[in-house]
Amino acid sequence: MFGVPVNWQAVSLTLQLAAISTTVLLIVGTPFAWWLANTRCWCKTVLEAVVALPLVLPPTVLGFYLLVMLGPNGFVGQLWQTLFGHHLAFTFTGLVIGASISSIPFVVQPLQNAFTAIGRRPAEVAATLGARPLDCFFTVIIPLARSGFLTAATLSFAHTIGEFGVILMIGGGIAGKTEVLSIAIFEHVEMLEFREAHILAGGMLLFSFLVLITLYSLNKRLYRS
Amino acid sequence: MSLHGFFELQQGQFELSVKFAIPAKGVTALFGHSGSGKTTLMRCIAGLEKAKRGQLFFNNVCWQDSDSKLFMPTYCRPLGYVFQEASLFPHLSVQKNLLYGMKRTPKAEQRVVFDEAVALLGVEPLLQRKPDRLSGGERQRVGIARALLTSPRLLLMDEPMAALDANSKAEILPYLEKLHNELSIPVLYITHALPEVMKLADYMIMMKAGKILAEGELHSVLERLDMPFMQTEEAGSVIEATVSEHDPHYHLSTLRFNGGQIVVPLLTHAVGTQVRVRVSARDVSVALENETQSSILNILPAEVIEMVEDNQGHFIVKLAVGEARLFAHISRKSVELLQLRQGLTLYARVKGMALL
Repeated sequence: MFGVPVNWQAVSLTLQLAAISTTVLLIVGTPFAWWLANTRCWCKTVLEAVVALPLVLPPTVLGFYLLVMLGPNGFVGQLWQTLFGHHLAFTFTGLVIGASISSIPFVVQPLQNAFTAIGRRPAEVAATLGARPLDCFFTVIIPLARSGFLTAATLSFAHTIGEFGVILMIGGGIAGKTEVLSIAIFEHVEMLEFREAHILAGGMLLFSFLVLITLYSLNKRLYRS
Repeated sequence: MSLHGFFELQQGQFELSVKFAIPAKGVTALFGHSGSGKTTLMRCIAGLEKAKRGQLFFNNVCWQDSDSKLFMPTYCRPLGYVFQEASLFPHLSVQKNLLYGMKRTPKAEQRVVFDEAVALLGVEPLLQRKPDRLSGGERQRVGIARALLTSPRLLLMDEPMAALDANSKAEILPYLEKLHNELSIPVLYITHALPEVMKLADYMIMMKAGKILAEGELHSVLERLDMPFMQTEEAGSVIEATVSEHDPHYHLSTLRFNGGQIVVPLLTHAVGTQVRVRVSARDVSVALENETQSSILNILPAEVIEMVEDNQGHFIVKLAVGEARLFAHISRKSVELLQLRQGLTLYARVKGMALL
């Protein structure tokens, strides 16, 4: 682009990582957020704190623990090795796990808030109308929480695209395998390739801005209907 | 055919402990102050609340039995529930709200026809609208129609008019009466307004502080002097009467009841119509002799059957007029002057009454 080669491989890897980890998080995070919104279990507060941890911890700390856990000597890494013949450090799967964990609060918190705001009444009404719990969840709860889902998906996607520390720790920045955009930019800067860095950084700035604008206007429209 | 069982439930400071047997027909009013446990009891019946200890049978089908750990979930119970706020699904149109429960009712169980329920509650013009474009009264009518369309064997209504202003109430009441008259579905109806009980109910449960104070046929509970409402402005009785004659000249109608007849301002009802008349204790005075020189039209021969004193210098006197009962709110001074006592026959003078 403009006579400068663009690292399309990094772009595609970044988008894949964001899409996959967001999907994984929505599938796992939805029932968990529903449970958190409705439970009276004493462990609720503890779990809420755990969910919020990635917001507070420096990404390097999170990345460090994940690296230890996913690597050849870690519990998860060893389990993976016996199952699939390799550990998870410096792999794309490892990146997906890391990115998912660091984005947990961005999915669970908006969903939990949305479910709490809906309250118990719609589910009770649905039950008196003969809807079984799963039926009620898909036909009443999810439509009512759609703005929460939109926020969760967008924030998780955008956050993964912007993630740096965790991914550098677990992925190591292997070109074509774990080198996502944020790391590519870092490496360009280190090699004093400012033009390349400019193009990638500017692209990300524009992309993130557009994503957020779309989110806010969609949310506004959802709110109005 | 009945709904019977018991529940024992602890919720923080509140304790519900009730045992009941309600006929599964007509309208049963669940009456009491807020906080008396009416809604909790109804939620237990619906299965929205699970009482630690409890048993519930509806027409001999067990819905809950804590001893054998049996608990039929709400979505399996053939009931309709009308909440205080209509609680329509905001993301669905009125029509889709109405169909939500109907679609989930097995075809073989569907006895209420969509068009009939829609017509009964007058919601036809609203079908394509979203719930946030409806007035409070319209929303509640849709809520009732939605519950009816599940073809319930029992209809639970939790103060369906409490959240409405006076105009919307006046708009809903005729529909509730139509329900009462045209459907054979038994209704359990929560209210804290005695006039609503008097207007709609056939059977009544009086609740206080998580317990059932009295339970029985409407008149048998309404006419108990030991009920808390006897000490309020609302004390009074209900007379079931038949319109027997209209007199356009004097603008009066005559109503006949089991014990005599009364005249009321001219009604539009056809002769032969059954009506309920409420006579407030404050509108009844007594006299030992039948003064014919009186402006009061309704003077009825009566017998004192029971009397109870409040702590403000007044008595509530229970009078028998044939099969009907009247209550009179009378000062202690008059009670002593007239030497009122059980068994005394006298004349009840009724200053006013309200058609329910």
